[in-house]
Amino acid sequence: MRRIPKRSRVTVVALAAVTATLALVASGCGGGGGGGGGSTSSGAGTTTTIGKGEGSLNVVEWPYYTYKSFAHPFEQQTGCIIHRKDAGTSQEMFALMHANGGGGGGQYDLVSASGDASLRLIDAGDVQPIDINQIPSWKEFLPVFKSPPHNTVDGKHYGVSVQWGPNTLLYNTQKVKPAPTGWSAIYGPQYKGKLTVPNNPIQIADAALYLMQTKPSLGIKDPYELTKSQLTAATQLLINQKPQLKRYWNYAADEITSFKNGDVWMGAGWPYQTLQLQGDKQPVKEVVPLPTTGWADTWMLAAKAPHPNCAYKWMQYVTTPKVEAQQAIVFGETPVNPLACPYMDKIQKGSCAAYHLNEPASYYNKIKFWKTPVPQCGWQKSNDCMDYNAWVQAWAQVTG
Amino acid sequence: MAADAGVVETGPPIRRARLRLSGFFWRRPWLRAIGLLALPLAAFLVVYVGSLGVLFVSSLWTSSSLTSTIEHTWTVANYRTIFSRTGPYLHIAAFTLEMAAAVTLTCSVLAFPLAFFMARVAGRRPRALLFVMVLLPLWSSYLVRLYAWQTILAHNGAINWALNGLGLPDQNLAYTHTAMWIVYTYVWLPFMVLPIYAALERIPDSYLEASADLGARGWRTFRSVILPLALPGIVAGSIFTFALTLGDYITPALIGGTNSDMIGTVVYNNFATNLPFAAAFAVIPMAIMGAYLLIARRLGAFEAL
Repeated sequence: MRRIPKRSRVTVVALAAVTATLALVASGCGGGGGGGGGSTSSGAGTTTTIGKGEGSLNVVEWPYYTYKSFAHPFEQQTGCIIHRKDAGTSQEMFALMHANGGGGGGQYDLVSASGDASLRLIDAGDVQPIDINQIPSWKEFLPVFKSPPHNTVDGKHYGVSVQWGPNTLLYNTQKVKPAPTGWSAIYGPQYKGKLTVPNNPIQIADAALYLMQTKPSLGIKDPYELTKSQLTAATQLLINQKPQLKRYWNYAADEITSFKNGDVWMGAGWPYQTLQLQGDKQPVKEVVPLPTTGWADTWMLAAKAPHPNCAYKWMQYVTTPKVEAQQAIVFGETPVNPLACPYMDKIQKGSCAAYHLNEPASYYNKIKFWKTPVPQCGWQKSNDCMDYNAWVQAWAQVTG
Repeated sequence: MAADAGVVETGPPIRRARLRLSGFFWRRPWLRAIGLLALPLAAFLVVYVGSLGVLFVSSLWTSSSLTSTIEHTWTVANYRTIFSRTGPYLHIAAFTLEMAAAVTLTCSVLAFPLAFFMARVAGRRPRALLFVMVLLPLWSSYLVRLYAWQTILAHNGAINWALNGLGLPDQNLAYTHTAMWIVYTYVWLPFMVLPIYAALERIPDSYLEASADLGARGWRTFRSVILPLALPGIVAGSIFTFALTLGDYITPALIGGTNSDMIGTVVYNNFATNLPFAAAFAVIPMAIMGAYLLIARRLGAFEAL
């Protein structure tokens, strides 16, 4: 298996350079493209400002990622009117960006990609590097989200981190007693036929993480970098789990429905589902047994973005502490900017702590954030890890 | 006045030219056929056959796992993966086939009496009413009907509510193969009723009278006259129900539980990152439909068309 062909790399850089020139963000981005090394601190002193907005911003987003309550002031300030294309899954998101010749097809400017899609978008040349110095709030981010491996490759930032959340264990408090404390709850037979997990190949990483704890002999170092035998072991764990499950959920709304209908009592989910169900007076709670997997989303700039200035303006705006706090409360997720904490508590008392924004660094290190599986194993400097297509096929073996 | 005269004068030559033209085509019927068919035929060839060809050709390529771009090297690796005994795909194809067969059978059993009643028993008004009832579900979106079924089949849904009312225990119908079978039968039923109705309606009354005159009783007439003449309708309906089930991916996602992946699910999961593999798997239902149509022809299903 090879790394990306040189050709498409060059195309990405060329495109980035062209767009940058057009967008009057010449110094930072052009320097990164020409210099090749692209260390992010080198351009810090030479930051120029972003040009005038183009009047429009087209985004591929998770539903509510440009929610009116915080997007409307942005539209008024900048004149960039947001046009939204919602995606329900990472798969759809990738397909939308990759369609019509890729790079957003000359139609989309930004995509709110999760970690299981971001490396795919980078390697496919659908997104371009940004000048991180144009995003002032970036310096305030939690260290783990400044240059995370799911959006920063060879020192080049292909977007700016925006929000994150742990994968949680959601349960019905009336049916599941005592409350679950660990991920073993969804692999055992105690609640047979009343469990659900996401229908997503990245779920294999959850199994791999569980095996890291329970079967150290497998030698798993990173749940997203699995050798063939490790992938087989994780797949087998999931095949054994299948008889305990009621269903695999595809969309967040599907899991919510299943909990409401009483078909499911416990499952892997996100804080979003917990929030929605609790808002509906359903008897549910979530726990986050550590270590766990987690997702982190990045606003990534399309390779053929027609409105790059508006895109930069949005990335600047959405990472400011106050907007970070607003989005976190709307969606039920956690900001990457810890300065959002007081704003969160102002909107909803105690929410900063509830969403784990005030934890020590050791806490974040126990969350293994989604990233696309690639053949390169970082931990053993070799190319014999299983790639994403192998994960998709292994996942078909589980669900099929 | 002068203009009128001009029309009268140029009229006959035009008419003569027209006559000559139609005579030209009348003497060359093949040319007439080409003239009529050229446009739709070209569209058919380019849009339909052409894209099927592209589908098949791309199924023989591979996809780079990193860049998700297609690599134009010829290989049957995709088909080898599908037909691998240890892989999940043969099982998924078999399950899809079984589901399509079960749904087709159920639909035809349910649709035949209904279509028979509509075509040969009901008066004009009840017939119109039944037509509306058969077609009414098609007015609402497929997705809406699936979500409605989700609530009907749910643990605390309408079915269990009714069962509990009768003093019967809960049934775990939600997210099972049974649930998928029920829902597919429901959503495809109109596509079976209408062709059977059309076939039954075309049977002349005189055939039935002749059968009776020759001493055949009801069952014999049904078996020897009605059923053979209705067969093309049943086959036409089964092509709909079969093909629609083979290609669907939404019902497995919303109604199915574990072990519910179908051919459509695999195509959907692969098309963005591994298009050639998705194309290869999409060839499978086409091969199945082709075989199905050949068998139907062998059975004489198209002779009465």
